[in-house]
Amino acid sequence: MDAFLQQALNGLTLGSIYGLVALGLTLVYGILHVPNFAHGALYMVGAYISYFIMVEHGLNYWVAMLGAGLVVALLSVLCERLVFHPLRHAPPIHDKIAAIGILLFLEALVQMHWGADFRRMPTPYTEIFHFGSLTLPAQRLLIIVGAFSLMGALHLYLKKTMTGSTIIAMAQNREGAFLVGIDANRVAMMTFAIAGFLAAVGATLFAPINLVYPAMGHLVIMKAFVIIILGGMGSIPGAIVGGLIIGFAEALGGYYLSGTYKDLIAFVLLVAILSIKPTGLFTKGVR
Amino acid sequence: MDRVMNFLASPAMKVVLLVAAILFPWVAASEYQIYVMALAFVWAIAVYGLNIITGYCGQLNLAHGGFFAIGAYAVGLLTVDYGWAFWPAFIAAGVLGAFFGFLVGVVSLRLKEHYFAIFTLCVGFIIYLLIEKWEELTHGTLGVISIAPPEGFGLVDFTETIPFYYLVLFFLVLAIWLISRISRSLVGRTFLAIRISDDLAQSLGINLMRNKVLAFVLSTTYAGLAGALLAGVVRFIGPDLAEITHTFDVITYLLVGGIGTLMGPLVGTLLITWITQAVQSFEEYRMIVFGPLLVVLVIFMPKGIVGTFLTWRGRRLASKAPARRAESRVGDSSDGNQGEAG
Repeated sequence: MDAFLQQALNGLTLGSIYGLVALGLTLVYGILHVPNFAHGALYMVGAYISYFIMVEHGLNYWVAMLGAGLVVALLSVLCERLVFHPLRHAPPIHDKIAAIGILLFLEALVQMHWGADFRRMPTPYTEIFHFGSLTLPAQRLLIIVGAFSLMGALHLYLKKTMTGSTIIAMAQNREGAFLVGIDANRVAMMTFAIAGFLAAVGATLFAPINLVYPAMGHLVIMKAFVIIILGGMGSIPGAIVGGLIIGFAEALGGYYLSGTYKDLIAFVLLVAILSIKPTGLFTKGVR
Repeated sequence: MDRVMNFLASPAMKVVLLVAAILFPWVAASEYQIYVMALAFVWAIAVYGLNIITGYCGQLNLAHGGFFAIGAYAVGLLTVDYGWAFWPAFIAAGVLGAFFGFLVGVVSLRLKEHYFAIFTLCVGFIIYLLIEKWEELTHGTLGVISIAPPEGFGLVDFTETIPFYYLVLFFLVLAIWLISRISRSLVGRTFLAIRISDDLAQSLGINLMRNKVLAFVLSTTYAGLAGALLAGVVRFIGPDLAEITHTFDVITYLLVGGIGTLMGPLVGTLLITWITQAVQSFEEYRMIVFGPLLVVLVIFMPKGIVGTFLTWRGRRLASKAPARRAESRVGDSSDGNQGEAG
């Protein structure tokens, strides 16, 4: 039972990071209907920027996180302006290829500039809490609390502010949003900025218990895709629930089934789900 | 100018290309260049495979590198661990490519657009993870070494570069010939109809699923056979072969040459291979240029080199000879389908 609870706790940590990354992806998909393959590269760039702000400039963890969030948000908006905006009327295959182009570019750039070495990100929070027989490193606690407070903040932003509502409106109905005078460009830029910010913060939270390297975004982004397919593309609660499902499945599956193949679990789950229900689990109606 | 253009698009051009390819080993500066050319031909066969499902049929398959690796590993493991000769293993690679293509296709092709691309991205990753982790079968990260070369039955020695070059050239020509037959047939037209619109094709009475699976199986068979040839020439393979970057390489070749055109895959593969060769040190960081290149291409020149050329020529012909328009359409029908395909 203790082992189960411990793994469930690990699953919660993983799931909250996956959820954070998937949220950005699903927001962008909701607005532009682009599966942004470059999102994983933004996540990776976020981790690198935090790392170098902390290690080279000796600044505080939180400053690094904020700095990375802002830089990546800017980068994300730049991608929207330079790439996805010009392609908004192109056939669907084109924006996917362009997204892949951005992904390749960012990865190669980081590798050239900072090298392909694996790096360990320092964290100021190294204590380990004990609850009975459960152990919880402070960084994991920080991940869970940080991720869920960000999700909460995003929820408030989307529901309670005007700009947040315009994002929701446009995701629900593009034409309707135009009719009431919503500026599509502004909404798209805002969405990309939020997505980039979430990715960078997620990476900064997760990197201390993982490693920083140029291909670190690959697995995370693919799992995020699995999550948003699970939760329905464009659905915000779906991304959070899906993230938790994948997180738990991986932690428990890795423990009870096989540690070597734990990264496969998410993909096998996806294959199984799409084989049975080609439109995803929580989608309503037919796309 | 017009004569040059007409020549470039004429059947005679294909003969010229073939003769040039046959003469290449005599004009090449070194054996290394012949080797690079042979490798480029192998990749071109894989690109032709991707062109069937993505170019003609319009479904972005992101697992192509995975199927390429399946072919390579089929040859590698069957010859090294099970003592098969190269040619039976080569055929097995094609069969395995088709078999896994069928399995994946039946599940994935029920999905539309983004779902299909994401699904195949995950399939490619599953293939990569399995090859890397399943050490009992695949030797894991160590890779497979000393793979048997194709046996020449006492006539030729395919461990030499030049005979292998001709072997690959033979398969490349066969591959292109088969694609040109397919693209002009009813099946090829059906693929095009599906790319233009799923719903429209379906309302014309086209069985979407059957045709998409057919296109997918064809494309994975091409990938499997190309992978098998690669294993035969390089004779060392590792799990990195299944990495997503190879799929992206193939997409770049296809897009630069011209997606959905007959000669595009060849043009794109050769051009990029030789540019990469010209700047050797650049190999590792090639994506710094290729990434933005992909973006710029899809924004400004989505039809690639061959597609843009064919469209441009088509426009010129149409504007120059309005009176002969009807006649030239009939006369050019064989080239016309490439134009439409672009």
